[in-house]
Amino acid sequence: MALLEASGIGKNFGETKVLKDISLTLEQGEALAIIGSSGSGKTTLLRCLNFLERPDTGVIRVNGETMWDAADPATQRESEVRKKRLHFGLVFQNFNLFPQYTALENVMLAGELLAKEQPDYKANKKAIHAQLEAQARDLLAQMGLSERAGHYPHQLSGGQQQRVAIARALALHPDILCFDEPTSALDPELTGEVLRVLRDLADRKTTMIIVTHEMHFARDVADRILFMDGGVVVEEGPARQLIDHPQEERTKQFLAHYSE
Amino acid sequence: MTVILERLTGAFALNCELFFLTLLFSLPLGLVVAFGSMSRCAPLRGVVKTFVWVIRGTPLMLQIIVIYLGPGLLGMTNPWPSGSSGRLVAAVVAFAINYACYFSEIYRGGIEAVPKGQTEAGQVLGMTKSQIFFKVTLLQVVKRILPPMGNEVITLVKDTSLANVIANKEIIMMAKEYSAKGLIWPLFSTAIFFLVFVGALTLLLDWAEKKMDYFRC
Repeated sequence: MALLEASGIGKNFGETKVLKDISLTLEQGEALAIIGSSGSGKTTLLRCLNFLERPDTGVIRVNGETMWDAADPATQRESEVRKKRLHFGLVFQNFNLFPQYTALENVMLAGELLAKEQPDYKANKKAIHAQLEAQARDLLAQMGLSERAGHYPHQLSGGQQQRVAIARALALHPDILCFDEPTSALDPELTGEVLRVLRDLADRKTTMIIVTHEMHFARDVADRILFMDGGVVVEEGPARQLIDHPQEERTKQFLAHYSE
Repeated sequence: MTVILERLTGAFALNCELFFLTLLFSLPLGLVVAFGSMSRCAPLRGVVKTFVWVIRGTPLMLQIIVIYLGPGLLGMTNPWPSGSSGRLVAAVVAFAINYACYFSEIYRGGIEAVPKGQTEAGQVLGMTKSQIFFKVTLLQVVKRILPPMGNEVITLVKDTSLANVIANKEIIMMAKEYSAKGLIWPLFSTAIFFLVFVGALTLLLDWAEKKMDYFRC
């Protein structure tokens, strides 16, 4: 059974059909890249998977459990959607770190708030806090940011901020980590350091969905690529095969822009 | 002269009392009004926006009179305690409502200026709406609204004199009693009281802004 199964996902913004009957599956440990031009619906698809947008049609299942069924309002209750979101992590294009917290606090905040909801929190407050902090420091170290734990976001470069954001998402141990154009707000020099982190995550078999414009990166790091255009999946296949030997005319046109 | 200064100081205590009581009630009330004016429920939004328009669109002096005398003139039992305490309570109510409406617009501007991505980042990290507001949004709002709030609060210091329209014996009213008798300097000296108070307030506001310098948003 696939870890993630999304079928028949549709989303309209007013009269505009942004997503039309999209289906995708993702296996445990797989890295899927979604490519396509701006306005093709790839970001909206990612936002639907994180319930930041509510799909108008379709079903989303994780491990066979229904997360969202557009036809069943019982799956759409705010309190449950909040918990279901924890199956997914999302790294944004423009980082969205919390400016009033240090890198370390950014990584720890959500974990601490979730721990507070546990009945035994008060009794083990110190132990829980120490454990969360140790984990957060580990993650920052993994991102090469041990020295920056006490820095505020405005004291960090874009690449560093994005790596903190990745650590923040990893801290909640999501089943699937989603990236929405994680390097689009970075200059080429900083792009490299973030892509290295993503490559590292892929090597460790982190289950990921990456919306990206970095074709070389997608080809080398992703297991599978999905090419979207006009709200539909035009072509899907193993990463190298899709980039090197696209089958559809539209895919060839799109990729031609990158080989110049 | 010392007697006169003592009496002016005593009267200024009323201005101070009105100032602090107004802030105490209008700061939280303004937040409630702000949420009302941003509500997804259109009728509620309409009612709140109309209310804010009426309050901001009419003179505070008139509002004080209406709140103090209105209930009696409409044939209701007078809700205010008798004597000077009643006049102060009525003034506090009028000031709190008036300032809550001004504050609500500042709050609204501050809340809407926080990028949507902040809320979304909180959402994908499994935070509840109230956790996002208190742990993520609020401090960023406070930092943004501090300068315009400072402006409004300084205006309030001087507006407290309007309470004399329902015979609250505040400092200007007291000084005018002397000028009516031909003694002019007490009236001019009231400026010193306001200047000192506003000076202290300005220092406090500067300090608060510096306190928030550690982050940028």
